[in-house]
This record gives sequence, C-alpha cells and structure tokens, in this order.
Amino acid sequence: MREKILEAIDKNSKLTPSDLAGMLDTTEEQIIEEIKTMEEEAIICGYPTLINWDKTNTEKVTALIEIKVTPQRGLGFDKIAERIYRFDEVEAVYLMSGGFDLTVIIEGKSMREVANFVSSKLAPMDSVLSTATHFVLKKYKVHGMPLVHESKDERMLITP
Amino acid sequence: MRNPLSQKIVEIQPSGIRKFFDIVSEMKDAISLGVGEPDFDTPWHIREEGIYSLERGRTFYTSNSGLKELREEICNYLNRRYNLKYEPITETIVTIGGSEAIDIALRAMVDPGDEILIPQPSYVSYYPCVALAGGVPVVIELQEKNEFKLTKEELLGAITEKTKILIMPFPNNPTGAVMDYEDLAQIVDVIIEKDLIVISDEIYSELNYKGEHVSIASFPGMKERTIVINGFSKSYAMTGWRLGYAAGPEIIIEQMTKIHQFAIMCAPTTSQYAAVEALRNGDADVEMMRNAYDGRRRFLVKAFRNMKLNCFEPFGAFYVFPNIKNLGMTSDEFATKLLQEEKVAVVPGTAFGDCGEGFLRVSYAYSIENLKVATERIARFVEKYREK
Repeated sequence: MREKILEAIDKNSKLTPSDLAGMLDTTEEQIIEEIKTMEEEAIICGYPTLINWDKTNTEKVTALIEIKVTPQRGLGFDKIAERIYRFDEVEAVYLMSGGFDLTVIIEGKSMREVANFVSSKLAPMDSVLSTATHFVLKKYKVHGMPLVHESKDERMLITP
Repeated sequence: MRNPLSQKIVEIQPSGIRKFFDIVSEMKDAISLGVGEPDFDTPWHIREEGIYSLERGRTFYTSNSGLKELREEICNYLNRRYNLKYEPITETIVTIGGSEAIDIALRAMVDPGDEILIPQPSYVSYYPCVALAGGVPVVIELQEKNEFKLTKEELLGAITEKTKILIMPFPNNPTGAVMDYEDLAQIVDVIIEKDLIVISDEIYSELNYKGEHVSIASFPGMKERTIVINGFSKSYAMTGWRLGYAAGPEIIIEQMTKIHQFAIMCAPTTSQYAAVEALRNGDADVEMMRNAYDGRRRFLVKAFRNMKLNCFEPFGAFYVFPNIKNLGMTSDEFATKLLQEEKVAVVPGTAFGDCGEGFLRVSYAYSIENLKVATERIARFVEKYREK
C-alpha cells in the first residue's frame, strides 16, 4: 500500500486522500493514516511545488558546484556535508563517486550572490580543497517533469 | 448515369460513433471520455528506434508478411506471455493494426452464406467486416448479469449448421469484460465439438487487472482452429503507428497473406522497426501504463457506484460500462444531453450493438484530474435527472 501511495503522489502531490482511496481501492481514513505515518518516519519529507521561475519576473540563478573535500576521521563526509546543507542558499547536496566528492546545488538571486556565497562561505571551509562552479543556463526537465510546454491532448474526441 | 455504387456497401450502416463524433466536434471546450486509445505517448525509446530506422534509410518495403526479426519477436512474446508457440515464417503475419488482421482473417475463411457469431457489445468493425466478406453476421447479445462474458448456453443457442466462425472479443471494448481460464474452459468443448473456427481479438491482452490474460488458443485442440489477433496500439500506446499481427495455422495465414500481399503490400517499415524495440525492451512501459490505468479504473467504478448507478467491475481494457437504465433515458439521449448540459462526451452503448442500449462506454484513458472533473459533472447530471 505504501509503495502504491508513494508512486501515485511522486509526480502529483495534489491528489487528495479521497482520490487516492478511489484509485487504490481502500478507505480515506487508511490513506490519511498511512501518509501521516510516512511523514513521521520522514519517508515523505515535504510537498514542494515545481515552478518554472523563468516564466516569472523573479530572478533566479542556479549553480552546480563540484567540491573536493578532506573527509574527517570517524565522520567521513557527513559532517562537512551537513555544514554545507544547513545554508539556506543550498538547494541540494549529494555525495559523489568519481573525480570529486560533493555536488552542491545553489540557488541565488543573481550570479554575484552565488559567486559571493562560494567565495566567502564554501571555499574557505577547512575541509574544502577545491570548488568548480557551473551555472545552469536553462532547465528542461526537473523531477521527471519537462518544463517546456507539453503539447495538449491531440487525440480526436471520440474514437471507437 | 448509372448508379456507381455497390449495393453491398451502401447497405452497410456507418459507425454509430461517427454520428456522435460530429456532434462532439461542434462543441468547444467539451471534456471527452470518449476515446478508444491510450493517453500516453509511445514510450520514447520506441519512438527513438523509429526515428533511427528513418535516419538509417530503412524506407523500403519489407517482405509481405513483415520483417523476419519482428515476427521472431512476436513469437517470443506470444510464447513468453501466453504460452503460445508459433513459427515466425509460416504462422504469423504483420498487419496494419489489428483491424486489417480482422478483415483479412474473415475474408480468408468466409464463403457466402457462412454464419459468423459476433458477441456484442463489441468493437464496431466485426459486423461490417463479416458483411463485406459475404458472410452472415449472427449477433450474440451478452448480458450484464454474466458480466458480459460469453456463456456456454448463449453460444449453443446461436449455433446452426451454417455456423463457421466465432469471434472472441476479450478483453472487451466497450464493456471491459475479460474471460479468464475457467470462463473459457466452459466454451472450448462446444467450439471443438461443433467444429468452429475462432478469431480471437486479443488487442487488449496486456490490460488485464485481475490476473494474467489467457488466450483461448492455449487450450488443447484450439491452436489449430484459432487465429490470434494482437497488436501494438493498446499495449505500447502505438495507435498511430498502425501495426498489428495475426498468428495461427499455416493454411489460414497463407491465404491471409495472399489478400494482404495484393491489398496492402506490407505494413509500414518504420513502425515495424519500432515494434521490434517495443517487444524487446517495452515490458516496463506496459507495466507502468497498466498500473496507471488500474488506479483510474478503480476511481471511475467507485465514482459511478457513488452515483448509485449499476456498474459491474470491468477487469480489462480501459473502459467502464455503467448502466443508466433507471434514469428513464436511452443511451443516445443520455449522451447527447450530458454533452449539451455538462459538456462531457461519453459514447452511447448502442454504438457497439443494439444490446448496448441502457449503457455508456466511459474511457479512462485520461489523467485522474480529467476524470475528477468529468465525474463531478456526470454526478450532477445524474442527480438532476434522477429527481425527475
């Protein structure tokens, strides 16, 4: 049941408990209960909205930063990752395999703001050995959803 | 001037859906639950393979029966999914959708005067295709109380000395009925005893929400008297590619190939290359779509039952078939008024045979948001007319 709820709301968190009850052949109460438990267990961690900021007047800049760090004894990468992800500017932090250690995704109002954040906050950290900042030029698809305009239903209205 | 038309063609009624289509097209901003095709786009990896075949310049005819690779994959698939064993070269043919397969199967087997059994409600083309082939269509009216399955008694009641072929349209469009192993076992003996040939239209075989689809050809003694028809439209969301196939005994496929060879030449090459990819790597897509349909199916059945309409639970295809008999309207009236007053398009059950009277075909090949809005409107409409 849990997997089915998660699969259904993964791409559409607006489905109501009553919709889900209909789709999964169970009661509204049970859906509400399951979702509550999953929130408590931090399986469901939030319900953000997917916004294409490019279509608004709000300026946003996204940057992807590759960071090499020195892991700390006993703590590995977790401590340094935490120090980084606690900043509000940080959208996402991933530990990577390969040529560098952490991918940090930063969202800021302007390139200058992002640049300032990298040079004054990230780069000077003790364990950070190097950073490489890549600015995002255009977002095409986020969270499995294309941000470009999808064509509407082109099927004929009635077919046999 | 002389009458240029063939009497046989003129006598054939145009599809009942056509008339309704014309009314709906006039309507701006109507929500339609009227289509008989998936709302998903063809999975990208399949489209990409089609594009690649064009880039490579694979733009020539294939052999009449279809690409050997594709027919091999079809045989693998039929074996893997339904335990049916066919020879790619002699026992399969790739057609322009399941529709062509139905047509040429009938033309290959029907002689004038042969009676062909057509369970209804069912897909719109069986009846006219039988008539075009010179056969005599004999309708078996399926019952709601039997969940629109074909029973042994109904079958026995329809058989005469002239009966030659039984068309088996399951999983069914428009009712959503499926016939599982036990249901089929009931009628197989009759078919063999009365020496009937079966055309089994299994185009919705992947959309079964109860268990695994069972092909009637997999019963002992049935393979030699069954033409299995299937295709890519419903399972892989490939309606516009126009690709289907038939598998069956060599002597029948051979004659079908003759008609296909002269009338069609071969199925579209691009579609055939894409279909190879679909059969090789498309299982996950099929499952994703089946799961999505299943959620919508439950949602829709529940919505109709909440309206206090009789709605048997369909386990196949992507249609529900609610009963509107207690609202004092014909299917046609209901569908027309619903369109005018609430701007929701559904198809009257009568488009699929006279015994569809009192029912509607409601498709759930739509997003759940769409279904939500539409069912709210239908509920309001039903409430209004129930009071009268």
